[in-house]
Order: sequence, then structure tokens, then C-alpha cells
Amino acid sequence: MADNVRDTSRAPVSQAGHFIAPVEDDTLIGGRVTLTIDGQEVKVPLGTTILDAAKKVGIRIPTLCAHPDLCSAGLCRVCVVEVEGMRTLQASCAYPVSQPMKIHTHTRKVRQARRHIVDLMLSQHYGECYACVRNNNCELQSLAKEYGVDFFRFGHPDKPMCEKDESSHSVIRDMNKCVMCRRCVRTCIDLQEVGALEAVGRGDKTKISTFMDKPLADVVCINCGQCINRCPTGALRANDPTDEVWAAIDDPTKHVVIQTAPAPRAAIGECFGQEPGHALTFEMNTALKLCGFDKVFDTNFTADLTIFEEGAELLLRLQDALKTKKGPVALPQFTSCSPGWVKYLEHFYPEYIPNLSSAKSPQQMFGAIIKTYYAQLNKIDPKDIVTVALMPCSAKKFECNRPEMTDSGFKDVDYGLTTRELAKMIHEAGIDLPKMAKSDFDDPFGTATGSGVIFGTTGGVMEAALRTVIELVVGIKVENLFEHADIIPLRGMDGVKYVELKIPSVGEVPAILKPLFESWDFLNGVTVKVAVAHGTANAKKVMEDIKNGGPLAGCHFIEFMGCPGGCIGGGGQPIPTSQTIREARSKAIYDEDSAYAVRKSHENPAVLKIYTEWLTEGPCSHKSHELLHTHYTPRGKFIA
Amino acid sequence: MIISNFKDNLTFSTIELDVGLKAALAKSRSDLIAELTASQLKGRGGAGFPTGVKWNLAAAAQADVKYVICNADEGEPGTFKDRVLLSDFADLTFEGMTIGGYAIGSKIGIVYLRGEYTYIRPHLDAVLAARRARGLLGKNILGKQGFDFDIDIRMGSGAYVCGEETALIESLEGHRGEPRNRPPFPVDTGFNKMPSVVNNVETFACVASILAKGSAWFKALGTARSAGFKLLSVSGDCKKPGIYEIQLGLSVAKMLAVVGGEDAKAVQIGGASGTCVPRSEFQRTIAFEDVSTGGSVIVFGPDRDMLEVTKNFMEFFVEESCGQCTPCRDGNPKLLGGIELLEQGRCSMRYLNELLALGETMQIASKCGLGQSAPNAFLSIVKHFKGELMGRTHGVH
Repeated sequence: MADNVRDTSRAPVSQAGHFIAPVEDDTLIGGRVTLTIDGQEVKVPLGTTILDAAKKVGIRIPTLCAHPDLCSAGLCRVCVVEVEGMRTLQASCAYPVSQPMKIHTHTRKVRQARRHIVDLMLSQHYGECYACVRNNNCELQSLAKEYGVDFFRFGHPDKPMCEKDESSHSVIRDMNKCVMCRRCVRTCIDLQEVGALEAVGRGDKTKISTFMDKPLADVVCINCGQCINRCPTGALRANDPTDEVWAAIDDPTKHVVIQTAPAPRAAIGECFGQEPGHALTFEMNTALKLCGFDKVFDTNFTADLTIFEEGAELLLRLQDALKTKKGPVALPQFTSCSPGWVKYLEHFYPEYIPNLSSAKSPQQMFGAIIKTYYAQLNKIDPKDIVTVALMPCSAKKFECNRPEMTDSGFKDVDYGLTTRELAKMIHEAGIDLPKMAKSDFDDPFGTATGSGVIFGTTGGVMEAALRTVIELVVGIKVENLFEHADIIPLRGMDGVKYVELKIPSVGEVPAILKPLFESWDFLNGVTVKVAVAHGTANAKKVMEDIKNGGPLAGCHFIEFMGCPGGCIGGGGQPIPTSQTIREARSKAIYDEDSAYAVRKSHENPAVLKIYTEWLTEGPCSHKSHELLHTHYTPRGKFIA
Repeated sequence: MIISNFKDNLTFSTIELDVGLKAALAKSRSDLIAELTASQLKGRGGAGFPTGVKWNLAAAAQADVKYVICNADEGEPGTFKDRVLLSDFADLTFEGMTIGGYAIGSKIGIVYLRGEYTYIRPHLDAVLAARRARGLLGKNILGKQGFDFDIDIRMGSGAYVCGEETALIESLEGHRGEPRNRPPFPVDTGFNKMPSVVNNVETFACVASILAKGSAWFKALGTARSAGFKLLSVSGDCKKPGIYEIQLGLSVAKMLAVVGGEDAKAVQIGGASGTCVPRSEFQRTIAFEDVSTGGSVIVFGPDRDMLEVTKNFMEFFVEESCGQCTPCRDGNPKLLGGIELLEQGRCSMRYLNELLALGETMQIASKCGLGQSAPNAFLSIVKHFKGELMGRTHGVH
């Protein structure tokens, strides 16, 4: 399906790089180029960069502006190498080879140039390493160490040159630390195709800025935080509420609960020296208790709840479209759990807001439930409850501050904490996370289902939804259609995935949905068409296809996640990130799903209990609409 | 030999219009490019890339759409010869572009005109309209079936870096004027990612002249490695500034004698990004193999303060760097800072040597020609006038 959608990038070629198209069969004559790198011979396909060719023979060339997820700009010049016969040095990250070359990666000229470049960057970089969020995880710091910087050859700023932009709930920009690698620009314009950040000015006045230099909160920024994940220094960081969270923990009058989303547990180990791909779900529960949180809940509980609310909403739309045929029905329905995606839609495609599911994201559902249902159940005054949400996400910080997210009568979620920030708190508490004993989530919500867990990766929401729809509508076990209930076509890192599923027959409407549906007859024989997109660049491709009446316009349900890879690649996740790292985290998510005893949302006992005890009128009822559903703001692209 | 600055005496005045284009269209494309290659014409913008080779690459590129782009973003300090060409010899330039369209198989020509030359635009539009009326632009040009070509004018917005061909292309595409990585080169992936030749105004005028008078005529002028004649824009401390035409290979001393700058202590050849030639080297020649230039010649008289000259150049580069790559963006301000220290008599030899090394890094590590040539003036002036520069004491200007 991805083939049907056109390239929508607006990135200029100077930033996007443009390589010789890779040859299809590099065994053909001329398909391979022989290079000699530091005396070692290597044959590589035509169009390979010098940097990648060097990697093949185990030669490491330092880089800064290059990033595995981003187009190659070749502008920091740290990765320069000497090529015999060329007067100038070449940026190895941006040089596609087309003829035999003899390359030297660390001659005197090269070393001197790299040292000069690092010195020049440091001369424009204000700040002390020990007072920086990226201390020990900073590419500039590593380069300075690698090149033996022991004094500031061209000076070092002794006072800040500009003010920090702390306007955004999600992303803080401290341009005093910016080294102009423009990874954030390429992330925003090319990887995400949002375009909130761009270089402005010329010469030494060049800086990364927003539209008319407005605060980030006032421009078309979707808060996805992908720029943070790719910033080599501390110039970009998330808006960090750990001080407030510690203060709440330290306050004996406050009942502090934390809900943890699935993606952070699959990645937090990376902050403790583990290889990507090890989930520390139950170790983290113990650590959170040691940190002082009163209760630790699993956001997957509300993910399972979302499947009911969002699923029922979809079925209602389908009923309207196929059975009652009353008026135009906004289809396809779009998922609404990713706040980056939601804000993207509000800015770029506000006319499609009716398509967005009105169901709140799991984070916000949980916040509302904790300050109502949970508070009543435990006889705690909701004003004394502080809800913290551990999320892989910077946009969740914005989401919990949306003015409409106060349906409990209080701010439903008080603080959004990223994976990185929690890791910092755990470090601060002196806890060695990977060595913790395992413990379960707290009641009354308990440990959720495998379907809730896979919300953390692209395709997961759709897989969870289909598992439930198949069982509740068709009335057969998912395992009959998909081995081990793994809906493989929805998995993987393809930008846009598309799946059709014919409903061969329909079963009985389950009791919980009886208030909404008499029978499933309107779905009998219908081919359900669903799609999945991750990263807003892919979302844009899908939206453009829908706008142009393309094949995706015929979908019934589309899962969108704002970040590449879904939540596991979120803007609050450990740094660095790459496709390999995201795939490892994704695998950890699917492994956890496989290991769960209950793997389908509609079998979550705590969810069924809440529908029998509290939301007694079932999904999409009046009460559930009051607490679990929301509305959106058509923002457009106008910037005041 | 030097021809005076009166335009009627320039070789371009002797070229009969349309002759070159007719001669070109009578040839096959490969013969046309072969003729051009035989003339040994090298790009007149300053870099001196062989035009025949460039056009051959663009002709060989497989694409439905190709572009012929005329770089009229004349921004090098001290150069104004393209202004004269566009004002007085626009037909010849457009003829050269049309020949280029035929040679590489392009239907679209674009003139990227310097923002400050907006006043020439009405004239150029009139010339283009007249050419269309005469069947020299449009469909089936001069009756050549299937050869369609037209020329559009686009305005620059005042960035020096847009004279660099890939930055020019970025600007044409509506982006910030910033150089691209190369390879690939514009002949392969240029404007709108299509094969494009980008040539200087004077190069196109030369092409039309060569086709009119033959490659042998052109090659016979100049030196073995620098064929032909070249326009110079001469300014500074001389009695007769203006536009001059020389045959390449002329010595600096002879040039100075003609322009009335015999007492000069140095000459900046090639503009801010060029080379500073001190009096002791006035026997050097203006040619691609020796002192290369896009046309700018600035004469410094005996009383000229070389430190002030360097400062002026460095201020220019600090301002005009596109800000993309580290060595150019952050390196130029360091060199300027060094000059300010020199002015105050507070620059240590150690730091000056550090800056000289930095200049060398900028020359080899910058992304484009601007950054690579930005330290040239600084390096050559420090090299030749170290005494004058270091001789300052604190408080003395």
C-alpha cells in the first residue's frame, strides 16, 4: 500500500542528501566499487557512502550531524576523510562512491580538521557538562574527549547568548548548547514532515528557529520530541517535572499514584547499561515502590478499556454507515491514543477531526478513573491524589495539560514523566533497576492483557482491536485465524501497513454491547479494511491518499502513531534511537505479550468489573462519554 | 594584449549575432560539444571547469527534462563585468544558452539574476521578447524541427553564496540558498533533481563567440592551458578603473601598467575569495594555471592598510557564509576576531599561527567553494604582509 502514496517530503536537497540510486544487482559489472580505506581493500555496492564502507571493514569514522534515521546533510564536517587525488577533504557520511578510491581516515590533515571543528563547536557551546541533562550521553562531549580537547583553543562562552525557550509543556530549547548540526531540523522537516524548526539567518548569525522566532508553544509543533531524541547535545530536552513529582512523594498528605505505559518498560533498561530489547516491567514496579509511589498501576488497563470504548465507537459508526444509513458517517475512524498524532491532525488536517475517535488516550482515561472510581473505592479525596504517568512520550506532557482534560473535576493527570526522567529518579534513589525483585501491579486494576502491552508499538492498537472484534463480532477464537493470536501482517516497521479481513459470519452480540447493538447482521460478509501508519510523515502520506480519494479512503479504521515505530520510539525514550534499537524494543513488547496469560482486551477481568460495577451502562454510554471521551480543537496552521 | 575599457573595442562587439547559433544547429550535438571541447573553453565564473566536459556530461545524462542555467548572480566583491555583458551583450549570452539547450537536449533556460540587478530586468525581458519574435526562442528554433527552447528570468535575493551553483539551484527551488553535497553534480542531479548545466554569463557569451568564429580562433588566444580572452573588472587604487579584456596569460605587472596602477603594493585577484598578489610577485600571470579569477581585480596602492583590507574581506565572509557547515560558519568569525586582535596589537604569534592552521582547515574541510576560499585573502595577506600586520602596537591604527 505504501507504493500507492507519493513522496510528500518538503526537505531541500541540501538537507535531504541525494544519493546514487542503489543498484538492484550489485554483482553485475560496475555494480561494485573497490575502495582502499587505510590500506584495507573493500568492495561495496555503487553508491555506498564512504562512512558505511569504512564500517564494513571495522573502521570507525566520528560523526555528528549524521544520524541513522535522518537524511544526510554532510554539514558538520566532523567525518571528513582524505581521498587521494582530491584537494579537499570529503564528508564521508555524504559521499556516495562511484569509482575506485584510496581513502585515509586519520591523516594529519584529517585529525587537524576534526580537532578544529570540535574546537569551533565548543567555542559556540555554552554550558558546563556536569550541569547538563546529557552529561555522559552527549556526542559533543564524546568528540571532545576523543580528540583530546584539554583547552578551548578558540574560546568558550562564559555567559549565555540567548534565553531558553521553556514555553512548551513538552520540549525545551536551550540554543546556547546548539552546535548547528540541524538534526532537529531534518527530524522535523523530513522524518516527521512537520516543519516547526528551521535554520534562519546567515553566517555566524545562523540559528535554529521557529516561525518568526515565536515560542515553541505558539507554533505548529506537535510535541513529538523526536528532535530531542536526535539532538547530539543538551540543546533540546523534555520539560522535566521530576522535582514536582519528588515533592509530591515527599508530601505525606498526598497519595501519589503512577501509571506506567508499555513502551518505557521495554526501554528503560537502556538507561541502566542493558542492551535494547529487555523489558523490566516487574522490576520497575518494585523500584517505583522503593522510590515512594503509593500505588503503581498499569496503563494497559485503560488500553484495554480503550479497545472497548474506541471499538464500540467504531462499530457504532459502521452501524450508522451500513445499517441505519443516517447521514454522512466519518469513516475511516482514526485512533486517538497518540497525542503527537492528534495535535498533528488538529494542525494539518483539522477538517478530519470528526474521524478522530472521541475516546481519550489510555493515559487520560486512567487519570479520570483514578480521581473518580479509584478515589471513591478507596475513600480518598481526589484533591489529595497526585497522578503521575510514566510515558515514552513528550507529547503526553502537553496532553495532560490540555484544558479539557479535567473531567474528574481535577487535573486528571498531574504530571507526565518520560522514561529518561524516571530513570534519573531511580538513579537518584540509588536503585539498580535490573537487579530489582519482580512485583505485580497494584489492585484494583492489576496486570492487564497482552493486547494492552502491544499498544506500545506500531500496529499494536490495531492488533488489539482486531483480536477483540474477531472474537466479539465473529464469535470465533482469534487463534483460529491467526496462529497464537499473533496478527503478523500488522507488525513490523513498514511505514504504512494495510490489512483486509472479511467477516465470514457473525455471532451473538455480547451482553456488554447489547445497549448499543441488536445484532451484528450489518457486518455479515463485510470486508473490514484497516491500515496502520507510524511517524507523522507516514501519517501525512495516508492523509493525502485519503484526501485524494485513494485506496486508503476506503478504510474503516486506521491506527496512527506520531512517532517512528510507535511509542517505543517516542520522544521520551532513552537516547540514542535507531531502527535497530526500535526493533529490539518492539520485540520486547511482543515477547511480553506472548508471555501474558490473558492476551485479549475483552478478557481483562478488571475492565469487565468496571463495566459491571461503575460504568454499568457499558461502553460509549453517557457516563463513559463524560469521563472517558473528549473533543478536539481545530488549530490549523495559523500562527498568531 | 589589453583592449581598452570602451565596450566597442571588446571582442564580443565583433561577434556577429545568430552566426554561432546557426552554426551550432547545423551540427550534430556530439559535433557541437566536440567543437566546444576543442576550444578548451573553461568556465568564466572563476572555478575554470572545462565547459565542453560539463556539457558532455549533461548531454549524456538520461532524463526527460534538463535545464540550462545562467549564473548571473554576480556577487564577488569587485566584479561587475556580467553587468556590462547583460546590459550590452545580452543577445550573445542568450544565444550561448540556446546553443547549450541544443547541446544537452534541454528546452528550458533560466537566468538567475542578481537581486541588485533588477534594473536590468526590463532590458533583458525586451531582448528575450525580441528573440522570441525573431524565432530565436520558442518552438522549432531557426526552423530546426523539434528544437524548442525558451528562457525565463528568476531573481536572486542578495545572498553571495547563491553564486555557488548548488546553492543557486536550492534558491531556484525556493529553499534557503545553501550548497548541496557533491557528488552528485548538477549535470546529473540539478534543478528539480534533473540534469542541469550552470554556467557564468561570460561563459555563454564565449560559447556563442566560439561557435561563430570557430574553436581554433579561440584556442589560439591565451596560453596552452588557459585558452581565450577574459573580461576583468578593475577597481581600487588605479587611475583607470573599469572593464578590460585581456588574453589569459597576461602578467599582473602589464595589466597594472594599462590600468594605471603601477605603484600598487598588492593586487587582489579573484575578489574576496581570490588571491592577494604582492608587488614581489607581479610577474605572475592571470591564467587558470597561475592566478585564476572570475574577473575581479582590486588594486591596493602604496598607502593602503592591508589589515583594513583583510578585515573588510573577513567581515564580508562572516556575513555571507550560509551558516551551514562548521568550518565556514564558525571559522570566519575566528579569523575576523584575530584581525581585530592584530589591530589592537594584541595577537600573539602563537594564536596567529593557530588561525593560519584554522584557515588551512577551512580551505579543505568546508562544504563548498565559499568556505574553501574564504580564508584565502587572510592567508595570503598574512603571508605577504606579516611585518605590516604584526608591526602594530597597542592603540595605534
